[in-house]
Amino acid sequence: MIAATRLRKRFGAAVVLDDLSLSVGSGECVALLGPNGAGKTTLLRILATLTRPSSGSLAIGGIDALARPEAARPLIGMVGHGSCVYEDLTAIENLRFWTALSGQDASPIRLRGALQEVGLEGVAAERARTFSAGMKRRLALARVVLARPRLLLLDEPITGLDRQGRKWLEALVLGLRTGGTAVVFATHNLGSGLDLASRVAILSEGRLAMDRPAQELSGEDLRAMYDSVTEGAGG
Amino acid sequence: MIAYARRAFIVLWKDWLIERRSKSSLNAVVFFALILLFLFQFALGPDRERLHAALPGLLWLGFVLAGLLGLGGVFLVERDNDCWEGLLLAPGDKSAIYVGKLAANLVLMTLVEAVILALFGVFYGIDLYAVLAPLAAVVVLGTIGIAAVGTLFGAMTAQVRSRELLFPVLLLPMQVPVLLATVSATEVVLAGRPLAEAAAWLTLLAVADTVYLAIGLLTFEFVFDA
Amino acid sequence: MPDRSPRVILGWLAGLALLAGLGAGFGYAPREDIQGNVQRIMYLHVPAVLTAYLAFVVTLVASAAYLGTKRLGWDRLAAGAAELGVLFMGITLLSGSIWGKPTWGTWWTWDARLTSTAVLFLVYVGYLLLRAAVEEPERRARYAAVVGILAAANIPIVHFSVKWWRALHQPSTILGPQPAPIAPSIKLALFVNVIAFALLFVYLLTSRVEVARLEEEAAR
Repeated sequence: MIAATRLRKRFGAAVVLDDLSLSVGSGECVALLGPNGAGKTTLLRILATLTRPSSGSLAIGGIDALARPEAARPLIGMVGHGSCVYEDLTAIENLRFWTALSGQDASPIRLRGALQEVGLEGVAAERARTFSAGMKRRLALARVVLARPRLLLLDEPITGLDRQGRKWLEALVLGLRTGGTAVVFATHNLGSGLDLASRVAILSEGRLAMDRPAQELSGEDLRAMYDSVTEGAGG
Repeated sequence: MIAYARRAFIVLWKDWLIERRSKSSLNAVVFFALILLFLFQFALGPDRERLHAALPGLLWLGFVLAGLLGLGGVFLVERDNDCWEGLLLAPGDKSAIYVGKLAANLVLMTLVEAVILALFGVFYGIDLYAVLAPLAAVVVLGTIGIAAVGTLFGAMTAQVRSRELLFPVLLLPMQVPVLLATVSATEVVLAGRPLAEAAAWLTLLAVADTVYLAIGLLTFEFVFDA
Repeated sequence: MPDRSPRVILGWLAGLALLAGLGAGFGYAPREDIQGNVQRIMYLHVPAVLTAYLAFVVTLVASAAYLGTKRLGWDRLAAGAAELGVLFMGITLLSGSIWGKPTWGTWWTWDARLTSTAVLFLVYVGYLLLRAAVEEPERRARYAAVVGILAAANIPIVHFSVKWWRALHQPSTILGPQPAPIAPSIKLALFVNVIAFALLFVYLLTSRVEVARLEEEAAR
């Protein structure tokens, strides 16, 4: 699904990503771990075609995403740091807007179904202004999931979610993966990395310092590896 | 084609809903218009003749200033709600977003202009009813010109630091032809003369509107990109 | 190291042409009857405005080329041309003003040409301010290109609107050479100066673009 080769990203003099290669197949779920400032968000944004790398190549779903980002974008769904929820609209109105904008079926039944999947059907007619951060997150997830993306990118998805919220997230991710969607999420929460992912990668100093299947690792292993990698980097 | 129209419509629908619910900018702009009304009167003094002579110019000055307030913030709702990137990633022709935003702006601006006109009629004693149709034609043509460029520039300046200053500096010089045309045509209309006398100006407006719209449609995807 | 000699030759050529133009304007061309020697400022005023328009056409083409190819070299060209356009517009306005003072007694008249020039001057200053306000090179290039295209498309619209507006409100006070037949010597002097300015423009533009390219390389 993703074939990223030798990505480099510079902001002025600072090199944020350095010779980074990553490939993710359909149905996989990769957790990107790393301390703050390691470049996780930058990498996600590049994968989402929101930012162009300084050099390197990127193919999404077989499409050259650098040459033709508009062709790749319909395949991508992303929930970034901001939840992108219009505060003056209700939950269901928010979903209606995004779904219709993407040219999809925006029938109330479908929208309500999506709200149910994230446990928000009770507040469907409430304005998003009244929502907690976690609820906004869930609404953003519902929005993205409705689009049935082939690639789902999540930046710190656990933030603001309580235990029930995490359950929904897990169910959502699992459902999408079964349908062949590739998922990549960035987090600094090591526990969630192991729970959700099929693969775990650590981003440090602009490169992937580690990239292993999740089932090979236990919680302590991961912790130890993480510390050793980031310590060396002064992270 | 229909899909495009649907997408443009949903943008219009969203902006309209938000505007109606927050009511913030519409109220403020109307109030601003009221203040302008008084300012113009005080600046020009009690001489009724002088005021009436200046009326077409004052009217459009009011429209443009009110437009500046509204148009500059056209994409702020996206920025404030963190939705800029969501819109960027939305698949399909970006110019549909331009059309939707433009339509929303046109509706809002027309509302504000109607209020300003009504206030002008009351406070400055003009008989608007007699000239309503030709006046409406001029106002619509002029507003399209202002909104077409204003929506484009609004997208450009939404995320720039010096937005409040940069937006008017970019927009106003571009709008000089529209302003000249509309003021001249309004003069003709308010004097009760037939609209045909202003035909040249109306043609200029129509041409300008077409050019601005065409460029807006063609270049919006470049403005509204990552 | 890119070969500098063509540009140096161009620079010399421009310098010589300017000297020739100066000579033609002040020596060769006849003294105008009504306005006197002040009228000679036309040999600065008219070439300056023509060169400015040339510059804006370059900006238009380079802007469109950038949007088509996304090569930053086009953006540098567009920016350099716009800067020079603003410069020459400024010279036009200044010389027009200086011409006006002894001729009509005021520093400024709202006649059609000066007004159009002033409006376009402001439009392109806005272009430069936009460039200054956006930091990322790629975004800046895109935005500037769009404004560059719109500004150029607006030029004829500005012209007509100002001309008609002017005709509407006052009988046209005269600027510049009279409708009376223009002496061939005046035409020749004008022609020499226009060529000289065009050469100067090309020289300055290529230098400016080169400097911009070096600046960008240094920043990397």
